[in-house]
Parts: sequence; C-alpha cells; structure tokens
Amino acid sequence: MKQKTLFIVALVGLLLVFIAGTLFYSTQKEKQATQMAEANRAALIRMHSPTLGRAEAPVVIVEFFDPACETCREFYPLVKQMMAANPDRIRLVLRYTPFHNGSDQVVAMLEAARKQDKFWPALEAILASQPDWVQHHTAQAPLVWKHLDGLGLNLEKMRADMTAPEIARVIAQDLDDARTLNVTKTPEFFVNGKPLPSFGYEQLSTLVEEALSSSQR
Amino acid sequence: MNTTEPLTPVRNNTTAWTLIFGAWLVASVATLGALFFGEVMQLPPCVLCWYQRIFMFPLVLILPIGLFPFDRNVVRYALPLAVIGCLFAVFHLLLIARVIPESIKPCTQGVPCSQTVIEWFGFVTIPLLSVLAFLTILALLVAAHLRSSK
Repeated sequence: MKQKTLFIVALVGLLLVFIAGTLFYSTQKEKQATQMAEANRAALIRMHSPTLGRAEAPVVIVEFFDPACETCREFYPLVKQMMAANPDRIRLVLRYTPFHNGSDQVVAMLEAARKQDKFWPALEAILASQPDWVQHHTAQAPLVWKHLDGLGLNLEKMRADMTAPEIARVIAQDLDDARTLNVTKTPEFFVNGKPLPSFGYEQLSTLVEEALSSSQR
Repeated sequence: MNTTEPLTPVRNNTTAWTLIFGAWLVASVATLGALFFGEVMQLPPCVLCWYQRIFMFPLVLILPIGLFPFDRNVVRYALPLAVIGCLFAVFHLLLIARVIPESIKPCTQGVPCSQTVIEWFGFVTIPLLSVLAFLTILALLVAAHLRSSK
C-alpha cells in the first residue's frame, strides 16, 4: 500500500511541477514579448504598410499575415466585424509574413493591386479563393489570377508591377521586422503595441476591448 | 531456517520494485522534459529526437503496469525500448560532438540533428540529457533484474 501511495504522490508531484513550469515559462515569455514589442516600436508599423480605418483611430491592430495561411483567412472576417462594431475607432495595419512557399508571389500580387487602389477587394477575393490556390501548403500564384477577374483590375499592368524591386523590398523589410519581433507564426496580432498573451480569437477581442476602453478614459 | 527463507525473496522484490519505480521516475521526468521543450518552449524536435521519444514515452506506461502488481517480467518488456533508445541517444550525442561526420547524418530536411538548440553550463545539451536518462533507466532495469527472485 505504501508503494501505491509513493507512486501516486510521485505522479501528482511530477505533473504539478510540469504545470507550474509551463505557467512560469509562459508568463516569462509574455513579459519578454511585451518588452520586445515596446523596444521595437519602429519595427511594428512602417510607412509602406497597407492600412484600413481612420488614421487617428485610438486602437491600432497590427496583423502579421500570410495570404496562404488558413487561420489568417479565418481571422479576417472576425477582425472586420470588430472594426465594424467600433467604427472609426480601430485601424488595421497589415504586415506581410509569407511563410508558405510561393506566398511571396501572392503578396506581390496584392501590392500590385494596391497600385490600382484595389488592395482590399483583391485581398478579399484572394482569401475567399484560398482553398483553390493553396495546395499542399504551397501557394500556387498562377492559380490566383482567375479569381481576380471582375474586380476591374488591369491584370497586364499587375503582372508588370509585381516584379518591381520596391515590392521585394517591402516583403524583405516586413520579414525582417517579423524576425525582430519574434513573429514565427501567422496571424500574429499586436494591439497598440501589445502582443497577444496567447493565441486565440478570445484573447484578441479581450485585448481590443481593453484598448478601446482605455482610450475612452 | 524455514521461517526466514520466504522473507528473502520478498525483500529482494521490494528492492527490485524500488529500482523499477526509479526507472519510471527517470522516464517520466524525461518524457515531461521532452514535452516541455517541444510543446511549451516550442522547440521543434529533429528526426533523431523523435526516435528517442518513440522509445522513451512507452516506458512511462509499461513500467507502472509491472509495478502494480509487481511483475519482474516487466524488465524484459522494457529493456528493448531502453537499449534501442539508448543507441539513438548515443548516436545523436556523437553527431553533435562531431565524432560522427556530417555526411552520414540521417536527417536532411527540417531541423538538422547536428544543431544544438540548448546548451546549459556550456556542456548540457538535450541529447546528453537523453543519453543520461536512457543509461540510468538501463542500469536500474538491469539491477532490478539481478535483484528480483526467479
């Protein structure tokens, strides 16, 4: 009987140490991430990034995203809803982290569409058709074109604009900033410079609520 | 004489039980440690790490089955896992120590096995911890086998 007690005590002890270690580690990580974001304010928002919402909005959501990332696709309407529920109070800044193979080509398409002032419709069409052009976690840019029909885009001009060196520079800068801010997964959100404590829609909406209420005071 | 004889195997079995319990403790610490590195610290395990996990994780389940009720045969079931896991761990350690040349390292994509992600006090690496864990488990199991009555 003593043996059983010993075993159970050891088992519970090990699990408790593991849970305590996990909690300790994640609190430390969260602190570090907040400090890192504070120390690298410049890396968070660049002049070249596409933005949505009023420029003076009190709450700024910076989203590091990959057009080929499924979770980014799922989060997009949620963020839009959040913005619609708080008109003129939230601004969205998109940063590119094309982690999927071939995804940088799709980002270049978005940037080319942006030159024709059709960034957001193009983004929505691209996200809506994502299952069609992402195959085995690889973005197939040639398959994207047909989904851009009907948006009034000059596709010929887009193809030429896509190869512009400044687009490559924007992507390189965004990836570089992602490294600085330790962004390794997409989507990654920063609300007024604060990273999510852990990943999830609840965590994002809580952080946005907090930012909204503190801006009211 | 007749009264003391049955006591000896019982005492030996108690020692063997404690030794196997010790092996289970080591395996559990190693398993939780590996899960901590992988799931909490989000360090991606390399191919060799996966093989070591394959031979370490089952010990956490197999050993207690031999503890309640005590079954000395559990050593026979656990030993192959410990031996093979130990070989993988030693191979991995030699790889990061560059005793084994890069050219025959088995992993070509993903996280290279020769990459050292953690180095405590300048010499404690994850493969070293793995070798120590497997060797301790091996020693405890062999000792339990020798101690337990036939």
